[in-house]
Amino acid sequence: MNTPQPAAPPSTLDLFVAFSLVGLTSFGGGLSGRMMVEFVQRRRWIDEEAFLNGLALSQALPGVNVANLSIWIGYRLRGLRGAFASFCGMIVPSAAVIVLLGVLFAHLTQFPVTHAALAGAAAAAIGLSLAMAVTTVQRLRRRAFPYVVTVLTFLAVAWLQWSIVWIVLGGGCISVAVEYLRLRREARGGGG
Amino acid sequence: MNDVLERCVALAGVFAPLSIATIGGGQAIIADVQRQVVDVHHWMTAAQFVNTFAIARMAPGPGSLLATLIGWQVAGIGGAVTATIALFGPTAFLVYGVAHLWRRHPEARWALALEAGLRPVAAGMILATVYVLMRGLDGGWWARGVAVVSTVLVLRTRINVLLLLAAGATLLVAVASFAP
Repeated sequence: MNTPQPAAPPSTLDLFVAFSLVGLTSFGGGLSGRMMVEFVQRRRWIDEEAFLNGLALSQALPGVNVANLSIWIGYRLRGLRGAFASFCGMIVPSAAVIVLLGVLFAHLTQFPVTHAALAGAAAAAIGLSLAMAVTTVQRLRRRAFPYVVTVLTFLAVAWLQWSIVWIVLGGGCISVAVEYLRLRREARGGGG
Repeated sequence: MNDVLERCVALAGVFAPLSIATIGGGQAIIADVQRQVVDVHHWMTAAQFVNTFAIARMAPGPGSLLATLIGWQVAGIGGAVTATIALFGPTAFLVYGVAHLWRRHPEARWALALEAGLRPVAAGMILATVYVLMRGLDGGWWARGVAVVSTVLVLRTRINVLLLLAAGATLLVAVASFAP
């Protein structure tokens, strides 16, 4: 509430540069935390409540969360052009770096040691994914329904190898509908 | 040249539908990306896919830029651009539309229901990603051990991710050199 606002909102170029810097200096996730520090606390471009609203929305909607959040922040600050500049800043420079890394490793694969090194790095990176899975499971509601959905989704993807597009559209819609009805019931039951 | 164009069209066909299936972070779709890239299109082997995943994790920025790297490996620069736009484009329009509609206050109950309802689906998808990557992982029990130790370190400490990847790589190189 008391966060002082700057005199003028950032230009689209400011947005592009700022999002590029956050993207290029973040490794292995944690980007939304970095964005909060950078845009809410340091640059004070938006207040915390607006940021957290955008974060909740980015996580709720389909799409890559950090890309969604970049669009949300950019839109609030500079409309359509701001959304575009922030999105491009987050994606394009890092995409260029990843292609350069691809070129580098394409040359390195002629050495057998590269394969062992990549297997080791992949193993450590799988740990990042597994940690994320654990965190997501820990944040499930402590009821049977969400756990059943998780197990069924895992089996459908890993074992039956169904297309996840249909799993998200089918299973996701059912699961969201159940949660929506529960929230509505709770709001009524709680007198709200 | 025609082959490259065909591959770009196929890349768009893989990643554009996955755009709307990306829930709870980009990790969730990797099992399906692997299925299509390795089993359906035979663009790379399961081991090459895991290597690509590792390289993507060394790069800065969103983890979903894995799509860019796969696109580059499959069809060069055109493939990289196609895969990136296909994965990030459709939902960018969706989020822009919602940001525009919900300028003031997001519709709280729908946002909550979406989050609570999609989270268990996302959890199952991320677990499937881990399962699929583990199956394609070379390096035997040493590599699986690194994955487990890495999980614990990520959950329990604030270890630097690049350091973690470098440590895993060093360990497996050492194992490969001393215990062939």
